[in-house]
Amino acid sequence: MAFLEFCGVRKSFGRTDVLKGIDLTLEKGKTLAIIGSSGSGKTTLLRCINFLETPDEGRMFLNGELLFDASQAKSLSEKQLRAKRLHFGLVFQNFNLFPQYTVRENLCLAPKLLAKEQEKDKQKRKELFAKIEQKADELLAKVGLSEKADAYPCQLSGGQQQRVAIARALAMAPDILCFDEPTSALDPELTVEVLNVLRSLADDNMTMIVVTHEMKFAAEVADQVLFMDNGVVDYYGDTKTAFGPDCPSPRLKEFVGSIQK
Amino acid sequence: MTFWQITAFLLNGFKISCLIFAVTLLAGIPLGLPIAFCSMSRFKPLRAVSKVFVWIVRGVPLMLQIFIIYYVPGLLFNHQIFAQVDKYFFLNYGIEDAGRIVAVLIAFSINYACYFSEIYRGGIESISQGQYEAGQVLGMTRRQIFFRVVLLQVIKRIVPPMSNEIITLIKDTALANCIMVSEIIFQAKKLAATKALIWPLFYTGVFYLLFVGVLTILLGRLEKKLSYFKS
Ligand SMILES: Nc1ncnc2c1ncn2[C@@H]1O[C@H](COP(=O)(O)OP(=O)(O)O)[C@@H](O)[C@H]1O
Ligand SMILES: [Mg+2]
Repeated sequence: MAFLEFCGVRKSFGRTDVLKGIDLTLEKGKTLAIIGSSGSGKTTLLRCINFLETPDEGRMFLNGELLFDASQAKSLSEKQLRAKRLHFGLVFQNFNLFPQYTVRENLCLAPKLLAKEQEKDKQKRKELFAKIEQKADELLAKVGLSEKADAYPCQLSGGQQQRVAIARALAMAPDILCFDEPTSALDPELTVEVLNVLRSLADDNMTMIVVTHEMKFAAEVADQVLFMDNGVVDYYGDTKTAFGPDCPSPRLKEFVGSIQK
Repeated sequence: MTFWQITAFLLNGFKISCLIFAVTLLAGIPLGLPIAFCSMSRFKPLRAVSKVFVWIVRGVPLMLQIFIIYYVPGLLFNHQIFAQVDKYFFLNYGIEDAGRIVAVLIAFSINYACYFSEIYRGGIESISQGQYEAGQVLGMTRRQIFFRVVLLQVIKRIVPPMSNEIITLIKDTALANCIMVSEIIFQAKKLAATKALIWPLFYTGVFYLLFVGVLTILLGRLEKKLSYFKS
């Protein structure tokens, strides 16, 4: 059984059907690249995975267990929703760092709030907080920003901000980390530093779903490729085939060709 | 009357002006919050009621609102509540104008709460959806997101418009003299009527200017304190 499984996920906004029945599976430790033209529903799919949108139909399994069923979605409390969200992380196109907090505080805020909720004993809470801060420093080292721990987001470049956003998502230790066009808001020379962080995460066998327009990156890092076209999955399979001459989907071939030109 | 006697006489009035100023802020700043939340409510009728209320309060002169608060209880219920408070405090404690001041405080607090609520609403609505969503995907509750992420950004954004309102407020306190509350301009008018002195009326401007000067410095400091981040 796959680590993550989506069955027949549909989502519409008013009369626009954005997702028209999405199926996908992802193995633990693998990277899935989602590609497709603008407006094809990639962001909406990621938002459904992260429970920012509620699908109208479909089911979602994580680790073989039913995580979400659209037919029972109405009865979900905010608390249940939060617990489900914690399995996933999401890195946004425009970072969305908290501007009033330093880089380290951005990483520690949510984990500390969670620890506060779960641990009532003051002494143990203190130990937890120390662990959280230590982990934050490790993550900052991992994304190469140790010396910026006490800087505010407005003092960082776009690439640095996005690396902080990735570290912040990792601080919650999600099972699956999603990225929505993480380099689209960046200048080309800053794209590299963010993609390198993604590469190293893939090498560490982090399970990732990456929406991207960087075809070279997808071809190199992704284990699987999902090509979305107008709300349906047009191609879903291994990366080599997707970008190779034997690609079964003429739409995907055309799309890849148009981007590389 | 010497210059210092006149200054002391006016200062007595300015105390009332400052009282109106302080109470209006203390009541209006928190009272604006529930009004702002009602105006942003997802429950349509509540939103409509709140918006109409704010529209009326902001659309009618404050002076008229003072008259309404002061006179309407007497007209409707034949019960001069504020006049009776006046009398009670004067007879028992020798305090003048107590009932009138209460009427003014009520009118000012409601009026300014409505202005503040619109500033709060603008500030809250100006925070990008992305900030809420970033909090959500990190597993934070709505409350945590509001208090830990959004609030300080809202405060930073509303400090400049709030500063404007607060500076307007000290000058608006002069409106209290429409129901003969002895604020500073009313005191000066007494001097004009009884001692035929006009210049104290102009002299009152100095009190306002000094007060506004101090306020400007304090509010400027607050703004600077929040300038360590951009949002
Ligand atoms: N909240 C929303 N309300 C209405 N329409 C939306 C909303 N979010 C997305 N859409 C529509 O759904 C379609 C797919 O959007 P999106 O998922 O952002 O695509 P992509 O990320 O692939 O560019 C677009 O046509 C967009 O206008
Ligand atoms: Mg998108």
